[in-house]
Amino acid sequence: MGNPMRIRAVTADGNTTVKVLMSHPMETGLRKDSEGNLVPAHHITTVTATHNDKTVLTAEWGAAVSQNPFLEFSFAGGAPGDKVSVHWVDNQGDSRTDETVLK
Amino acid sequence: MNMHRRSFLTLSASVLAVAATATMWPLRAMAEWVRPKAAFEAKGMDDTFAAMGGTPEASTDIDFMTPEIAENGAVVPVTVTSKIPGTTEISILVEKNPNPLAAIFVFPEGTDPSVKTRVKVAQTCNLYAVVRANGKLYSATRETKVTLGGCGG
Repeated sequence: MGNPMRIRAVTADGNTTVKVLMSHPMETGLRKDSEGNLVPAHHITTVTATHNDKTVLTAEWGAAVSQNPFLEFSFAGGAPGDKVSVHWVDNQGDSRTDETVLK
Repeated sequence: MNMHRRSFLTLSASVLAVAATATMWPLRAMAEWVRPKAAFEAKGMDDTFAAMGGTPEASTDIDFMTPEIAENGAVVPVTVTSKIPGTTEISILVEKNPNPLAAIFVFPEGTDPSVKTRVKVAQTCNLYAVVRANGKLYSATRETKVTLGGCGG
C-alpha cells in the first residue's frame, strides 16, 4: 500500500476535470544507490479511473513517468454526489484505490 | 522399453502443447486490455513504432505542449490534446530514453482525448505524441532541451 493519492475533480459546463497526484517512487531499475547497487525497478504500470463504476480512463505506464506522478484528464458528465475513483497497480504487485465525491 | 520411451515422449509433447495453448488463451481473450509489453521494452524509436503497429503519420491536429527548455529532466510536464476524430489512444514517447515509450492513455467514449502528465527525459531530444484514431497512428513532435540530468546537453 502506498500513500494516499490526492484527487481533485471539478465539474463545469457538463464536463468534469480530474487532477490526480499519486505518491510513488517510480524507480526505473537503472539508477544506482550510493553504494553502487542497482535500485530495483518499482513503478506504476496500470492506472484506471472510474466515474460511478464506468471506466473513464485507462493508462499503461512505463518507468519514464516522473516520480509522484501527476495526471489530468476530463470527461463528459458528472453531477454532485458522483464518485470518481482512481486505481493503480505497480510492477511489484502493490496497488491502491482512492476516491473523491463531486461537489 | 523402446515402445515405452516412445509413448512417453509423445505424451509429454502433447502435454506441453496443451499447456502452451492454455497459457496463451487468456492473452488472446483479453487482447484489447493486455499491456503492450513489447512496446514498453523496445529500445529505439523504430523498434517502438514497430511494436506499436507501424510508423505514425505526422499530423497538425495534435496539440502537443512541452517546455522548450526543461531545467530538470526528471520532471517534464507534457500536455497532449488530440483533435483527430475517433481518437482512442494517446501515447507519449521520449526518443533518447532507454525505453522510448513512457505512457499510453486509453480513452473510452465520453472522455476528452486530452491528457496532462509529467515524464522523465534523460537528455535533450525529441518528444513524440502518438495518437491512435480509427486504427491509424498519427504523431506530433517537439524538441525539449534538458539542462540538468545525467547526461544533459
